[in-house]
Parts: sequence; C-alpha cells; structure tokens
Amino acid sequence: MSAVLRNRLFWPVAILVLLIFGNVFFTPTFLSIEVREGHLYGSLIDILRSATPLALVALGMTLVIATGGIDLSVGSVMAISGAVACLWISEQPDQNAVSGVLVAVGLALVLSLLLGAWNGMLVAAVGIQPIIATLILMVAGRGIAQLITDGQIITINSSAYKVIGAGYWLTIPVSVIIVAIVAAITMVITRRSALGLLIESVGGNPSASRLAGIHSGRLTLLVYAFAGLCAGIAGLIYTSNVSSADGNNAGNLVELDAILAVVIGGTSLAGGRFSLVGSVIGALVIKTLDITIYTVGVPTNTTLLFKALVVIALCLAQSPAFRARITGRRPAAHGKEVAA
Amino acid sequence: MGQTPPILTMTGIGKQFPGVTALSNVDFRLFPGEIHALLGENGAGKSTLIKVLTGVYPHDAGEIELAGQPVSFSGPSQAQHSGISTVYQEVNLCPNLSVAENIFIGREPRRYGQIRWGELRRRSTELVGRLQLDIDVTQQLDTYSIAVQQMVAIARAVDIDAKVLILDEPTSSLDASEVQQLFQLMRRLKEAGVAILFVSHFLDQVYEIADRMTVLRNGRLIGEYMVAELPQLELVSKMIGKELQVLEQLEEQQQKRPPVATLERGTPVLDAEGLGRSGAIEPFSLAIHKGEVVGLAGLLGSGRTELARLLFGADKADHGRVEMDGQPVSLRGPRAAMARGVAFSSENRRTEGMVEELTVRENIILALQAARGWSRPIPRRRQDELVQRYIEALSITPADPEVEVRNLSGGNQQKVLLARWLITEPRLLIVDEPTRGIDVGAKAEIQRLIARLADGGLAVLFISAELEEVLRLSHKIAILRDRRLVEELENTEEIDTDRILQSIASGVVVEGEPV
Repeated sequence: MSAVLRNRLFWPVAILVLLIFGNVFFTPTFLSIEVREGHLYGSLIDILRSATPLALVALGMTLVIATGGIDLSVGSVMAISGAVACLWISEQPDQNAVSGVLVAVGLALVLSLLLGAWNGMLVAAVGIQPIIATLILMVAGRGIAQLITDGQIITINSSAYKVIGAGYWLTIPVSVIIVAIVAAITMVITRRSALGLLIESVGGNPSASRLAGIHSGRLTLLVYAFAGLCAGIAGLIYTSNVSSADGNNAGNLVELDAILAVVIGGTSLAGGRFSLVGSVIGALVIKTLDITIYTVGVPTNTTLLFKALVVIALCLAQSPAFRARITGRRPAAHGKEVAA
Repeated sequence: MGQTPPILTMTGIGKQFPGVTALSNVDFRLFPGEIHALLGENGAGKSTLIKVLTGVYPHDAGEIELAGQPVSFSGPSQAQHSGISTVYQEVNLCPNLSVAENIFIGREPRRYGQIRWGELRRRSTELVGRLQLDIDVTQQLDTYSIAVQQMVAIARAVDIDAKVLILDEPTSSLDASEVQQLFQLMRRLKEAGVAILFVSHFLDQVYEIADRMTVLRNGRLIGEYMVAELPQLELVSKMIGKELQVLEQLEEQQQKRPPVATLERGTPVLDAEGLGRSGAIEPFSLAIHKGEVVGLAGLLGSGRTELARLLFGADKADHGRVEMDGQPVSLRGPRAAMARGVAFSSENRRTEGMVEELTVRENIILALQAARGWSRPIPRRRQDELVQRYIEALSITPADPEVEVRNLSGGNQQKVLLARWLITEPRLLIVDEPTRGIDVGAKAEIQRLIARLADGGLAVLFISAELEEVLRLSHKIAILRDRRLVEELENTEEIDTDRILQSIASGVVVEGEPV
C-alpha cells in the first residue's frame, strides 16, 4: 500500500521540487524563512498562504471527481460565501465584535453547504450530467453574488474577520492552519471510515457498485455538499485577506485551477482512486508555477496560456489512446470486445 | 444453389486477441439472393467474423474474396464503398434529422457546394417507394418506431449499392408485427439479388426467414447447413456443444446429480408469484427452498438474466409479488434484497461485478460494507481475517489481498465475486453464469463450492448456458424460452440434456407439469 502511495505521489512532488529549485536559481533567497514581528516570513510562506483557497477547493473537488463527477460552480460559491459574510459584518454596529463575525462565518458556511447540496441533488436525484448541473450554479452563482453585494465591492474593517485570512497563530498563518485542519479531518474521515472506499467504488464502476448495494445517490449528495463547504471556507479566507467582497472576481477561474490540482495530484478525471494529499500538492504546484512565471519575468497576462499548456499536457498523458499513439501500439481495447 | 458463384467467400479466417483465439480457420460463403444466418452462442465469434469482414479488425490468417476478387478492407466505410453494408442492432442514425437527410447524410447531392434539397427529397421518396415502405421522408426520424428506423437504416445501406447486407441482431428490439414488416423488406431485397447475412438469437426467426446457416462455436466453424435440412433441436446442440468430457473426469468423485428425494421442502426461502416486467420477462412463478439449487436453462436472450435481476431488485417488477419465508416483501432495489439475505453475482464480471482498480480485499468486503453503511467501517483486522479465510477457502490466486483485482484471471475474479457475496452470509444466492469463460479446473471448483453451500442450507439460483452443469448441480430446473418460463422439471434420473434441449428448442411440453 505504501509503495503504491509513494508511486502515485512521486510525480507531483517531483514537479514541485523542480519548480522550487528553478526559483532558487533566479532568486537565491527563495528558500530562506525568517521570523519577523512574530510571523514566519519568506517566499515559501507566501506560496503556502496564497495556495490556501485553492487547496481547500481542490480537496472538495477531489471527492467529487472521485465519484466520476465535476464541480464547475466552486468559484461562484466562493464569491457568494465571501459576499454573505462581508455583507453581514458590514451591517454590524461594531465590525470588530467576535460574535458578529462568528454569525457571519456560520451563515456563509451553511449557505455554501446548501449550494453544494443543490448541485448534488441535481446530479443524484434529477440525473443531470455533473458538468451541466454545476454549470447552472457557476453562472447563476455569479449573479447571486452580485445581488448580495448589490453590484458593489463591499469593504469592511473588521480585525476579527481579518484573522481568518491574514492572521497568524504561533507565527503560522491562520489560513494555513485552517487548511491543514480541514485536510486532516477529510483524510481521517475518508480513510478511517468506509467513505473513501465507497466513493472510489462508485467512481470506478457505478453499475457494479449499485449491484453491490451501495447507495450512490447519498454519496453523491454528500461529496457535492462537501465541495460547496470547502469552497465556502475558501471564500472566507479570500475575502478576509483583502477585507472586501467582490462578487465578480472572487474565485474567478478557481474551478480550472482546482481541477488541474486534482489531476496533477494523481486522481483520474474518470473517477475512482483519489489522493487528497496529491491534490494539496497539486495546489502548491500551481501556485508555485504562478510565482515562477512571475519571478522569471514572463508577463502575467500569459500565465493562463502557460497553465492551459500544462493542462493539455497532463490530459494527454492520462489518455490511453494518446499514450498508445506515442508508443506506436494500438490501444488494448480489443480484448474486451471478444466476448461481444 | 451450386450454379451461381458466391458473391462473398471467406476462407481459413483466423483472428487472435491477446491471450484469446477469437477465430480459428473459419470458412464462410454468401450467395447472391440468399438470406444466410450466422449462429452461435455468446463469444462464439459471430461479431468478430463480421468485424473482420467489414475491416473493423484486420485478420491474422485467411482470405476474403468479394465477387471473385481478393479484398482487404481497412475500415467499414471502405467495405461500404465496395458494396458491403452493415446495419447494427442499435440504429446508427440521427433521430433529430429527417428521414431523407438520414438516408443521404454524408453523400448529399450538391451543386456549387449547396445541398440540393429538392433532389434529396425526390430521390429518398423514390427509394422508399421502390422498397414499398410507407414513410414520409420529410418527417423527423424519431417520429417513427424503432422498426421503421431500422428499415430506414436498411434503405440507406441498400441505396449505397449494397451487394452484401449484414443485419446484426436487427429484430432484438422489435415486436412480432414489426419483425414481420422487416422480414417482408428482407424478402424483397433477396428477390432483388442482395445477399443478406442475418445474425439473431431468435431461432424461430432464423427458421422462418433464412435459407442457409453457418454455426460457430468457440471461434471455430461447426458447419454450414441448409435451414430446411437441419432440425432446430440438432442446431441447438451444435451451438451449445458437448465439450465437457474433461470436466466430467474432474467431477467423477462427485455424485452425478443431487439427491432430490432427500431434500425437505418447507416454506420456500423465496416464492415469486406471477412476477414479471414487460419487455424483459413475462410473468413467472418460481419457488426456491432452503438447501435447494434451482437451475435456469435457456438460450442467451431467453430471459435468464432478466428473471434473476427481478429477484434481486436490480430491475423493478411491474407484475406479481414475492414472498420470503411466507412474508410478502418488496424488493425495491439491491439494498432491500440484500437486507432480506439475497445475493446476486452478475454474469458481466467486468461491467457489473468487479471494481477493477480496487484490490481483492476491497472488492471482497464491498457488499458487506455497503450493507453496513459508510460510517460503520469493518475493522481492518476483521477485514483481513474474512478476506484471508475466503482466499483460502476458494483458493484464490494470487493469495495476496492487496493486489488489484484486474490483474487476476477470470476464474479468480469470479471467486472474488462469490467471496464478496458469501461474506454477507446470504440465504439465497443467485449466480448468473459463474463459470463462463474460465478454465475447466476453476469451473469444477466453483461447481463443487456451490454444491457444498447448498448442502449447508443455502438456497441457490444457478444460471448457466451449459446444460451438463445445470443438470449436475440442480434439484429443480426451470427452462426459459423467448422470455418466458416454459417449463419446470424435477431433476430426476429420466431428465437428460436432450430432454432439456427439446424444451429449449420447441417449448413443447412432453411430460411434467406445464407452468
């Protein structure tokens, strides 16, 4: 088992290490970490902090993809969650009051969970294809976020809320601690209970799973709700860090990055076996890639193009037909048809 | 015949897939103006032969001659240009386009790059008129029944100047009157000199429409016969074959058949009354008792699997009711059936059995875990214990529980599936074709296992295409034909394969109680 795990995580870790060393070449101080004003400080810490929303979204996305689905609405859910929290706080007489912030956080998370469950219901109960079902909320969600913020950018001034995205605890960024806790809980729940196995089974072979008595509908609802919750937390971290909610730009294109992170982490888009650790590493790879492009001096407006090339390369590498063409052999699908 | 040379000759055709010989030295010929049925059980090589003929697969050995010229196609479109058209079971047309568009799609009459719609309609109307079909070519295709859509597909194929028309299971989704419509069209084409290759599971239809037939078994040619000269009973025995001497030697120590007399039948474990599902299986009644093996016999497509799926709740019945231990139950879905102690191992190991990327251990515990729900995981030590016990009991090789199940042979995968259900401690085990496609040794082991389980009090519904196997294991045999349970027999000394074949082939009840 550990051999398989090592094998699976080998490439994502290798890419990450490669990127970091590439940066050391351009920025010799890249690896240095120091304590300033009671905070850890350095490029690596910047990467960790900037990767937190993406890592959270990728965690939820991993389970959705493992069931053979996909969630395009995560960016919109991020925007809605942040907008709701900021709106609530902005209307408090004392924006610094912890109680008000807690209510705001609670509201945002419950709403995110419900939005995720809505996606899950469309997929599991109504039977809409995941990409279409979540496309609905992807588009409509932006509109909802705009409605909440009334088309404006809501700016708040709450030191209590700012702790989530920009605070430190024992020199460590609070956002990083949150991600670590969510990731740890998710891993423990999926691997200590039978949830992970059943999700992998449903993603690996839906009809066999049904005949084995697995209620795939409930699992589907659960993973989409979880993806919503993760996106909601990501939205809180994002808006807390900048102390404002922008319904238009919060979480824009995060679904692409999250899917990419999951794929880099070794989870197949076809569903089945998943790796949560891999997805977190995938998120770090993407953020390091962003910073690398920046430090190397590639114009930021070509970042998306660069990432798109990486996506294409990864998808091609996953495709058996493409691999077969490269190696010059016909795909081995013929054997399956013998019995037909 | 004899006078006209064949339009198509295939000689010594061989085709290998990794680890499997799909076709070996098969001859096939087709004369103009005849309907020639290609027959064989599942996996006999019918599809492979058609795919070799139409260039979907390259062949490893042999020659194909069309109208006296050696040919070799690199794909179906090339075959079509040479006059070999294929119409598949699922209609490969666009339901959202008009009939005329479907007939000419990809070869529309054009002028200056523009499609000449008038010409297209005129020629389609002419074509359906020539085939005496009553179809409005301007209507959207999906406004017509599947049967008409099939005929549109045939019209399209014929219009591309088909000399050879291949119809692969054309009747499987048609009702009786639609079949007659199709047959009329086939007869007209035959009179026009088209050579038709007809593949069907329905033997009655073969006897009605075909002139000649070729039988394949396990990738080998069994023979070519005139339909009028080969009785249906003989055909069935040629299709099924009797290749079981090896197996019987392995089984010598075992009793020839289970002792029916000693079986005490109390309240049935499961008692189905008039259970049925339209389009799948006509209402049937069947009781299975503790310690009893009930065998289901019948050709492929006779409704064996459909019957089993109703008893497991995999499909919902729309008629009848089920009692278990005398209590009425509702089998709403697999989980409900499992809660009542029913287990079902599907005939499709790959698509409905294994989760290939999971390990042997994970596959074995899957059903038990599903029944417990995700929040109550089976402790790892208990998993290892259970899995280890069944790996040993069923001698699964490799004996490593952490190997991915896709790396196992078919026989071992089948044992993993059985283990999955046995650890749920079922009271009724439904096994659909548990011995198909596995080697004789593993086959014998699985048969022994089932007999042993029944001795231990398990009720078993055993489905197999191999009659010897059904005879050897069953206390009672239910025979299916054309989606109907036609006969139920106590497995006494008088019953032999011929007796069952007779029932499968004709449905005539010679003795015993009609159902």
